[in-house]
Amino acid sequence: MALLSVTSPHIHKPGNTGGFMRQVLYATVPGLFMLTYFFGFGTLINIALAVGIALACETLILKLRNKPVGFYLNDYSAVVTAVLLALAIPPTAPWWLTLIGTTFAIVVAKHLYGGLGMNPFNPAMVGYVLLLISFPKEMTTWLPAAGLDNSVTAPGIADSLGLAFLGMNPDALSGATPLDAFKTYAGQPEVLDSNSILHGVFAGFGWEWVNVGFLLGGAYLLWRKVITWHIPAGMLLALFLLSGFFNTAVDADNYPGFMHHLLSGGTMLGAFFIATDPVTAATSNRGKIIYGFLIGVLTYVIRTWGGYPDAVAFSVLLMNLAAPTLDYYTQPRTYGHRKPNKGLAKSD
Amino acid sequence: MSRHIWDFHGGIHPPENKKQSSETSIRWAGLPERLVVPVQQHIGAPAKPCVNVGDRVLKGQTLAEAAGFVSLPVHAPTSGTVAAIELRPIQHPSGMDALCVEITPDGQDEWIEHQGVSDYTALDKKAVLNRIREAGIAGMGGAGFPSVVKLGVKPDQKIKTLILNAVECEPYITADDRLMRERADEIVQGLQIVAWLIEPEEILIGIEDNKPHAIAAMQKATAGTQCEVVVVPTKYPSGGEKQLIHLLTGKEVRSGGIPADVGVVCHNTGTAYAIKRAIIDGEPLISRITTLTGDCVAEKGNYEVLMGTPVGWLLQQAGVKATDLHRLIMGGPMMGFAVHNMAVPVVKTTNCLLVPNTREFPDPVPEQPCIRCGSCAQVCPVNLLPQQLYWFAKTKEFDKAAHFNLADCIECGACSYVCPSNIPLVQYYRFAKGEIRTQQQEQAKADHARQRFEARQARLAREEEEKERKRQERAKAAAAKQAEKKAAPTAKAAPTTAADTADGADALAKLQTAAASTMKRYKEAQKALLTAEKNGSEHLEALQKKVEQLKAKADAAKEAFTTAKNAQGQTADAKPKPAAASKDDPFAALKQASAEDFAAYKEAEKALAAAEASGAEDVVALQQRVAELKTRSDASKAAMKEARAREKEQIQAKNAAADPVKAAKLEVAKQQVLLKKATKALQAAKDSDAGADDALEANVKAAEQALEAAEHALKKIEEEQA
Repeated sequence: MALLSVTSPHIHKPGNTGGFMRQVLYATVPGLFMLTYFFGFGTLINIALAVGIALACETLILKLRNKPVGFYLNDYSAVVTAVLLALAIPPTAPWWLTLIGTTFAIVVAKHLYGGLGMNPFNPAMVGYVLLLISFPKEMTTWLPAAGLDNSVTAPGIADSLGLAFLGMNPDALSGATPLDAFKTYAGQPEVLDSNSILHGVFAGFGWEWVNVGFLLGGAYLLWRKVITWHIPAGMLLALFLLSGFFNTAVDADNYPGFMHHLLSGGTMLGAFFIATDPVTAATSNRGKIIYGFLIGVLTYVIRTWGGYPDAVAFSVLLMNLAAPTLDYYTQPRTYGHRKPNKGLAKSD
Repeated sequence: MSRHIWDFHGGIHPPENKKQSSETSIRWAGLPERLVVPVQQHIGAPAKPCVNVGDRVLKGQTLAEAAGFVSLPVHAPTSGTVAAIELRPIQHPSGMDALCVEITPDGQDEWIEHQGVSDYTALDKKAVLNRIREAGIAGMGGAGFPSVVKLGVKPDQKIKTLILNAVECEPYITADDRLMRERADEIVQGLQIVAWLIEPEEILIGIEDNKPHAIAAMQKATAGTQCEVVVVPTKYPSGGEKQLIHLLTGKEVRSGGIPADVGVVCHNTGTAYAIKRAIIDGEPLISRITTLTGDCVAEKGNYEVLMGTPVGWLLQQAGVKATDLHRLIMGGPMMGFAVHNMAVPVVKTTNCLLVPNTREFPDPVPEQPCIRCGSCAQVCPVNLLPQQLYWFAKTKEFDKAAHFNLADCIECGACSYVCPSNIPLVQYYRFAKGEIRTQQQEQAKADHARQRFEARQARLAREEEEKERKRQERAKAAAAKQAEKKAAPTAKAAPTTAADTADGADALAKLQTAAASTMKRYKEAQKALLTAEKNGSEHLEALQKKVEQLKAKADAAKEAFTTAKNAQGQTADAKPKPAAASKDDPFAALKQASAEDFAAYKEAEKALAAAEASGAEDVVALQQRVAELKTRSDASKAAMKEARAREKEQIQAKNAAADPVKAAKLEVAKQQVLLKKATKALQAAKDSDAGADDALEANVKAAEQALEAAEHALKKIEEEQA
């Protein structure tokens, strides 16, 4: 009789990392639906492509690293990276854009740093920023949201496939996003007022619903306790405060209102899906609030005064750098201690 | 109930699985064929056995006596004979053996004479405390801390709150639940004894809200008393002492402190019951309620089990098939430990035996990488950052782990329970804690060694100083004597001689310096040669030549100095003595060289020890140097000894030359010595397993022959003389 000898605890909550990651995938569904509704099948094609490439890269690298392939593929982390990157890539993107971005994200940003759990930077955002800097034109070619006016419909499956694989030129279809539009016409109230892109129900047309979709997904993640409220709350609060302040107290014509910032571009995707990537974010609760808040600040600063219309990816990567330090200085107060420890050296 | 219930950070809600065992009443487990009673069933010093093998013992008789303040006696659970007092496997997570008293029951269950006290208030508190100690009562919640230690309130301490820990937050365990349902009155009586002892302002009974029957029973039993039943929400680990204190009082026990520091004392339900039995009934702690549960157990439920009952026998009684056994856990699923041996006995802290099957408790799955999701930090009841601690433990950065308050981890297992990557976090923390403990012990040892080393150095320095002082005194005295002696002849001699002597002394000093400096250069060159040889340098030959040259020079200088000195000695006072002195000189030189070499060796050794203590890098080089100096010192010592021996021989030979008998005798003695030396060398070679060397044996034989010849010669001479 051989009795199993393991140490306590002897029971475990059902679930594993794969389950955790799958929750993230489920949560992207509403946002993905909105993207597809307004911009056609491009994003779905991007996702399919990116997932395939990511799994191939992951397999290859795991083989090279002599790791059990099945065991690691099962954690779904590569799929999550691929999906998040594909959601951020424009639906007009040619296939090679997705290939380059995904390969870089998985091979360089993830595995060269040691694989899952070891990467200091969010792999999806590293891939995204690489593409944005290298191929600015392709990466900023968005479509006008379907239903903007009677002439605009979402491209059909054939058009989407053509854009992705046949080198179809997207220029004929393309149009500005609300963030682009405001950046272009800032300071010209008459243009801003008449631009229908900027006037949906709450914010920019189409994009407001995409953001609402990701907000719903975020709520699901909160409910499933995959993420905590700290990072999204911090980030959205910062955006709200800054945009509200500049819009009301400084100049409404140059600084759009908080709804515009909260429901445009990558705000909600960034707040609930990107900034909350646990591997690269701060981990203590106080640290998470600061981390999220500073992402919001950076996003606002770059959007408003920087060269790019959106800034979530840059802000997240910049704050990734700060996460370990934040963790050292935001330790919780342990039971039985008067005050929390700080830094790495024993102070008391 | 208006009492405010605080909340603690984190906590989890694992499946309770209590119904399987909580719905049947407590059963008597029965009398096994043998009882194995460990002498240590508590935290503290093991008890000392006070019975002998073969003795007949009665139920409740002391088998082993407490050994110290934090220690408890153990008692015979039934009457019978002591079959053995020896090491047996016990309830230790690492499967350790410990001293146990084995009893073969005689089946009569005959009590030793014992007497309860119904009105304990008439007794002295000390007497009551003593009874509790003598009854061997240890905390029965799991840790097994001697209860009496917690009950002895220091005079300067005021206990405000007495808490009865009836939370029982671990899944599966229902021992306290059943005990409260069936014996609530006795528990409350025990609690009142405790209250009488420590005089608290309030008495709280904390029970989780998943035990409505127990709550009702306790409320009924406490009606009209000072005790108050406080229902706390079900959450693991509410039953942790510090967590419960926080829940009920909002107070936090300082890290590293004890509850009494904040005016709280906590006792377990089972302990209160045991105290009642000890005082009111006069019975020592010889049995306890243990939950037998898990899907392998046919008759799940709570059993009253005698201490020392072998686990294997008990499981058989409850209908566990040996073939089903896969995992056996003593304690609950969150904090219990796996038992590997069925011979392990039930002890005072065994609140549960959990025998799950593989479906119920699947084997642990492989660990996935930590994704820092922070689920662990959300559930940690002491508000640590478990994922950071995990990284620190894994990378062995124990300083950082300690800084992140690893020591405050209560090992409740909540973090491991929720970890999506299935990382056995608690195991990492236990490892890190163990390593830190070891490091601290080693640090303490190193500090101790350093202190001792420094003390020794100081002592040596003191002795050296003392020696030096004495030497100087002697030298002064000698110089004074010399001066006295000198003063006489110089006074007689012409003043020119004095001037001559002064000149001569000057020249002599110069010569001495020259000799010393050449000697020094020679030695340095020799050293360089040695290192060169060791390092395989190319300029070996050149160095060797240089060394030879310097040696010649040094010898010349020395000779010049010696002759000059002798000459001066002869001129200074024309006595035959200096001649003898010159003869003595080589020996003196040897002696001095030997002393110098020895001093150098000692100094190098000191330097080495200092370097070792301070952890300098050049320890190896120093070690080499010490070894070198040691051989040199030994060599010079040997040379000196030889010279001394030769000299002695010469003197003796000179003295004996006149007397042939004496010479012959001397020869015999010399040969005897030689023989002894040779035999010793042979013996040493044999002892050191080097194998008896043939040459050595031949030496011994030759020495024997020489001795014989010498003896023979002596006899002849004696006969001739006669």
